[in-house]
Amino acid sequence: MLVSTKPNSTQTEQPVAEITPDAQSVTSSERAVNQSVAISARANANSVPTNAVTKMTAAGVNLHYGPKHALKNVSATFPEKTITALIGPSGCGKSTFLRCLNRMNDLIDGCKITGDIQLDEENIYARGVDVVQLRQRVGMVFQKPNPFPMTIWDNVAYGPRLRGIKNKNLLAEIVQESLEGAALWNEVKDDLKKSALGLSGGQQQRLCIARALATKPEVVLMDEPCSALDPISTLKIEELMRELRSQYTIIIVTHNMQQAARCSDKTAFFLLGELVEMDSSSKMFTDPSDKRTEDYITGRFG
Amino acid sequence: MNPTLPAPSSAVSDRVRPLPPMSSSLMTKRRVSNNVMKGLCGLATILAIIPLFLVLYYVTIQGIKVMNPAFFTEVQRPAGDPGGGFKHAIVGTLMMVGLASCIGLPVGILGGIYLSEFGQNRFGFIVRFATDVLNGIPSIIIGVFVYSIAVLPVSRATREWNDPITFSAWAGGLALGIMMIPTVMRTTEEIVRLVPQSLREGALALGDTRWHSTLKIVLGAAKGGVITGVLLAIARIAGETAPLLFTAADSLYMNLNPSKQTASLPVRIYLSATSPDDHWNALAWGGAFVLVAMILILSLLARYATRARNV
Ligand SMILES: Nc1ncnc2c1ncn2[C@@H]1O[C@H](COP(=O)(O)OP(=O)(O)O)[C@@H](O)[C@H]1O
Ligand SMILES: [Mg+2]
Repeated sequence: MLVSTKPNSTQTEQPVAEITPDAQSVTSSERAVNQSVAISARANANSVPTNAVTKMTAAGVNLHYGPKHALKNVSATFPEKTITALIGPSGCGKSTFLRCLNRMNDLIDGCKITGDIQLDEENIYARGVDVVQLRQRVGMVFQKPNPFPMTIWDNVAYGPRLRGIKNKNLLAEIVQESLEGAALWNEVKDDLKKSALGLSGGQQQRLCIARALATKPEVVLMDEPCSALDPISTLKIEELMRELRSQYTIIIVTHNMQQAARCSDKTAFFLLGELVEMDSSSKMFTDPSDKRTEDYITGRFG
Repeated sequence: MNPTLPAPSSAVSDRVRPLPPMSSSLMTKRRVSNNVMKGLCGLATILAIIPLFLVLYYVTIQGIKVMNPAFFTEVQRPAGDPGGGFKHAIVGTLMMVGLASCIGLPVGILGGIYLSEFGQNRFGFIVRFATDVLNGIPSIIIGVFVYSIAVLPVSRATREWNDPITFSAWAGGLALGIMMIPTVMRTTEEIVRLVPQSLREGALALGDTRWHSTLKIVLGAAKGGVITGVLLAIARIAGETAPLLFTAADSLYMNLNPSKQTASLPVRIYLSATSPDDHWNALAWGGAFVLVAMILILSLLARYATRARNV
């Protein structure tokens, strides 16, 4: 089903069956070795953040929604503990690409994906990969805040409970930690047993971030997390992203050029299903190599 | 094959032409027809609720006359003997509605969830059509059906040749349960379908399985509506007479054993109201009053459940 179209032949060319389905069983030193090999092999791919370890890669990804060719041969690398922004006009496939990274597109009828997407050197579309476990490692925050109709506490504890954590004290610790991580703790610490639906939009979105953090993901995908928020909440979430950067690999879709320029280390520009250009944000926003990127970020179309 | 850039949008057109003014005769005509239609709709609404209020009024006036503790704590006495009550019928109805719920609720709710979440295929289409047909089948047919599958075979297997047929509350509950399924299933399906996709995705993105997220998040978000559907379905079957005639039949005695024939409010009302005894006729009104009150309370609870916040 999946055609491996990796450009770098030195990279893991082993057949799919040999890939360990459970990435957590690979020791970190093993992983580091694999990755250093991969980095040298990919040295020409993106000159950005210098010695960063690559967390995720996409190579030659094509996606069809029925007859519609939504992603055309997209390749990208995402270094660990950096923020990568995906920009581009509406309908160019940013969300679609983001949703490939935690296999949320699996749910859509008639959606066909080919190519190769790797998390820590493992193809996430390989047979035998547990989607549930993948999504615990690659969390997601959506465009519209989507708190569950439960208490704040239950919202945050939802993910850890799925992992089988039942101990109240441990759960309470995780809930506090995650809410603190999402800069929401001080605002809700007395209302943990109240409905999450009573929070403001900005608070709900931070709750959704806390909920995603509570499963201790390695990668956090954010699909325009600020588009439904007021400027103050937006600032809070941007601040939050910068803090989270030290622990998580963050990939964020945004329509806001300033946001991309302010917050991200790398930026990828999508147009009509193609990835036009991907580079360090400082380069992308000052000296893009592609004329189309320049036109877009200077606001000539979009 | 580089994508081409979209052309820059053209400047806003300045050719906005004003419409001619509306004539005053046209405005009058529209106002008059608006008021006439409004009046007709109001009249039709009043005509629709008059029967409801007349029924409620009449049943209350007649039924309240026999409302006393004995009505709820005693069974009917022989004709001609004043006093007695409908305890056996009330208990029988509660018992059979309970049995029916044990069948109708799990099948209806799980089936509704299946239709909404996984039923966008040929099988789902067939099931949906079948439940709609089942919903339209006259209740007496359901009664005959249960009679032939759950009353006669049991009777044949257990009774001596000249014993009476063994009607039972089991059979009555089964008939009522079958009648509940379509209502519960379709309302559950409609309500669950309304739960925003973003909630499902939110749970799946946390590493939840499809089934667990459906039970926990989707059903949790839809529970107000599902409870409403359940209460309305119960209210509907509580007053059914025809399916019970052949299944639970009737009894003049208090009975808690579901394997025996059992009285119910609707059947007792029917038989007492058509008996020649004046006091039994009065008790029938009392039974009708209790039944209507039960259904009214269930409907009110259903309204309340819909309105309640989802936490
Ligand atoms: N579920 C779907 N089925 C069919 N087409 C889709 C679906 N989701 C998105 N698309 C199409 O794919 C293209 C990319 O969409 P999307 O990734 O949402 O764009 P973006 O997030 O960049 O605005 C759009 O043309 C959109 O119409
Ligand atoms: Mg989008």
